[in-house]
Amino acid sequence: MTMGTAETSWVKRYLFSTDHKVIGKQYLLTGLFMALIGGILAVAFRTNLAAPGVLSDSAYLRLVTYHGTIMFFWVAMPVLLGGFGNLLIPLMIGARDMAFPTLNMLSYWTFVVSTIVLILSFFVPGGGFSGGWTIYPPLSAMPEAFLGEHLGTILFLFAVALEFASMLMGGVNFIATIITMRTKGLSFFRLPLMIWMQLIASVLFLLSVTPLIAGAFMLMMDIFAGTHFFTVTAEHTGNPILFQHLFWFFGHPEVYVILFPALGIIAEIFPANTRRPFFSYKTLVWTGIIAGILSFVVWAHHQFVAGINPYSAIWFSIFTVAISVPFSIALVVMGLSLVNGSIRFTAPMVWAVGAYAMFIIGGLTGLPLGAFTSDIYFHDTYFVVAHFHYTVFTIAVLSAIAGLYYWFPKWFGRQLNETFGKWHAILTLIFYNGFAFPGFFLGLAGHPRRYASLGFFEYLHEYQWIHVMMTVSTYLLFATQLVFAVYFIYAIFKGKKVEDPNPWKATTLEWLAPSPPPHLNWGNTHPIVEHDPYEYAVNGELKAKGMDFLPQGKLYVLKKSEAEKQEQEG
Amino acid sequence: MSQELKVELEGVSREAIGGVIEQEELESVGAPPARVGFWVFIAGEVIILLSLIASAIYFRLTYPHWHETSTFTNVIISTINTFILLTGSLTAVLAHHFAFADAWKKARRYLLLTMLCGLAFVGMKAYEYSLEIQHGFYPNTDPFWMFYYTITGIHGLHVFAGACILFGVWLYVRKTKSKYAVENAALYWHFVDVVWLYIFPMFYLT
Repeated sequence: MTMGTAETSWVKRYLFSTDHKVIGKQYLLTGLFMALIGGILAVAFRTNLAAPGVLSDSAYLRLVTYHGTIMFFWVAMPVLLGGFGNLLIPLMIGARDMAFPTLNMLSYWTFVVSTIVLILSFFVPGGGFSGGWTIYPPLSAMPEAFLGEHLGTILFLFAVALEFASMLMGGVNFIATIITMRTKGLSFFRLPLMIWMQLIASVLFLLSVTPLIAGAFMLMMDIFAGTHFFTVTAEHTGNPILFQHLFWFFGHPEVYVILFPALGIIAEIFPANTRRPFFSYKTLVWTGIIAGILSFVVWAHHQFVAGINPYSAIWFSIFTVAISVPFSIALVVMGLSLVNGSIRFTAPMVWAVGAYAMFIIGGLTGLPLGAFTSDIYFHDTYFVVAHFHYTVFTIAVLSAIAGLYYWFPKWFGRQLNETFGKWHAILTLIFYNGFAFPGFFLGLAGHPRRYASLGFFEYLHEYQWIHVMMTVSTYLLFATQLVFAVYFIYAIFKGKKVEDPNPWKATTLEWLAPSPPPHLNWGNTHPIVEHDPYEYAVNGELKAKGMDFLPQGKLYVLKKSEAEKQEQEG
Repeated sequence: MSQELKVELEGVSREAIGGVIEQEELESVGAPPARVGFWVFIAGEVIILLSLIASAIYFRLTYPHWHETSTFTNVIISTINTFILLTGSLTAVLAHHFAFADAWKKARRYLLLTMLCGLAFVGMKAYEYSLEIQHGFYPNTDPFWMFYYTITGIHGLHVFAGACILFGVWLYVRKTKSKYAVENAALYWHFVDVVWLYIFPMFYLT
């Protein structure tokens, strides 16, 4: 094997590539492009909330539906799993590529098709689906009963199905790669935390999305074959609640599918920027596994007011409050990783600390929603909206951008400007809190979600100024990200080149490779793991040499085998 | 370290270099990816079918006429179909056995036989559907037929997909002699077979 890329055509190298790094970058850039669309939608419907009448009510509902769906399935998943997963897994476990490179390529192109179908569904006659990202029947099963956009609904469902197929291919690939392709010496409990989190997320996704696929089959039968799984008519009694169960059995673990990689990003950035080992590696791994298991028994806390049995609500409440225990432990462990560290406030660190702080707000405000007595009041109010923006925005934007700043030199061989990164972080945090935090107060005041304006609710008219403030914050937040998007594209091509392949002096394997890593990553060398992943603040010989960290492994040059030698001579 | 090595390792930080190693010292880490990946895929498939079956049971609890409706299903055809599927499992096992014994001619013959079992099953099933539709039982007739058509339909699609996979593997192993391809095709066949063993009592023998 030689260093550098084999001679191939442009199309094979950059478009239909099987190289995990190219696929990862494709996912990343597609995800960021969709984030821009999701952001534009948010700006549009926030405008309507500040100045009612800009959009029609049905347009408002449609934009909200697409915003939620895009941000979950076309931004958070492709960026955190497709992008970060593909770019990092082989490098961090010392492999040359994923286990199934062709499947990986297929996964990305299925994703592209799903993206195109989704965008098409928005523009077909009658407009796109507007029943919310939860696709509850009867809104989804009987489109004629709602806003009459039959074709848009079918295309929308089709796009989501394709997206799931794509992510399932990716998930199978991730699991198989992490289990079978680890390099010599890399036992499971030496895996970098990011890899553990990707593994847990992939397993969760596989186990949770499959029941929803079954639900989707039944929904399709309702639409095309006239069955009544989820629809109720005079002669037939279907069960719309069953769909809610199948949806949230997926929907709740899905939140953790994107949460875990985000925690992984923070868990990688913290040790490298505090120059101390992670406080308790095994605790974070086990809390991840336990929270993952518990995530399958909490789903009905999304349905407390949907007419489920009140006695089952008690159990779902207990499990929901119980799941906050492993997550609290995880966040405490992360916080303790900062104690006694020599913290370097680099741009990724500022982002990671910001994300960490926001997670705490998001987590704490989940408790009143998980306990069913208080949820009966808070359900479907802006309190919920604020809560899930504090979790999901933190995951999909703050943590993801922290990861972008951290691994940008590795992926593109160029550096993002540190000062720019810090200002970007501070402005984002201010405007983000400006649009999300007032939601808690609106929710406490009893402001329901999903309404295009306050028109019906006279008791809320005095809070219109809060909506104006939130909308202005949204504008500023979006403008900040636009500037970043332009700078990001500029830096990919024209940024300052990195000289050191390991600019953060981090320990994990990906920093052993050149930046950007060549095709097949390791050239004629191979990494072998000799230590735990976060050996910072080391003493002895290394300290005398001026190094405060011990790389997790070393690169060994592969001796040419007899056959290869003969081939070269011949 | 020789001059040659230094040139090859350009772009790598100095502290990262460990030494020289033989290729053989790196081999055999973990199970074969093809096997692990396929089991993960099967796990996902199992949950899809399990969710459908669980939903059917959920509906059945509140539908009083489930039992009497189920007497209209065709037990004779479905029993024959059960035997076809089980025979296919036998030939799939034999194909796997001969592939790992490197008897590729026999292995490919049994792959083809398994595929024919799959096609026979799908043909019989289509005939059975046509009988039921002639008798006026449609997917929207009542909850029993709704689940009957959905679950057996999806299972039938899986059998057809299995037949396609077997045919593909039959072509693929002619040159590559890939044992894991045969193993995975056989595994998929066993999976659709096991699912049928749940569906058969659920709709026909209830």
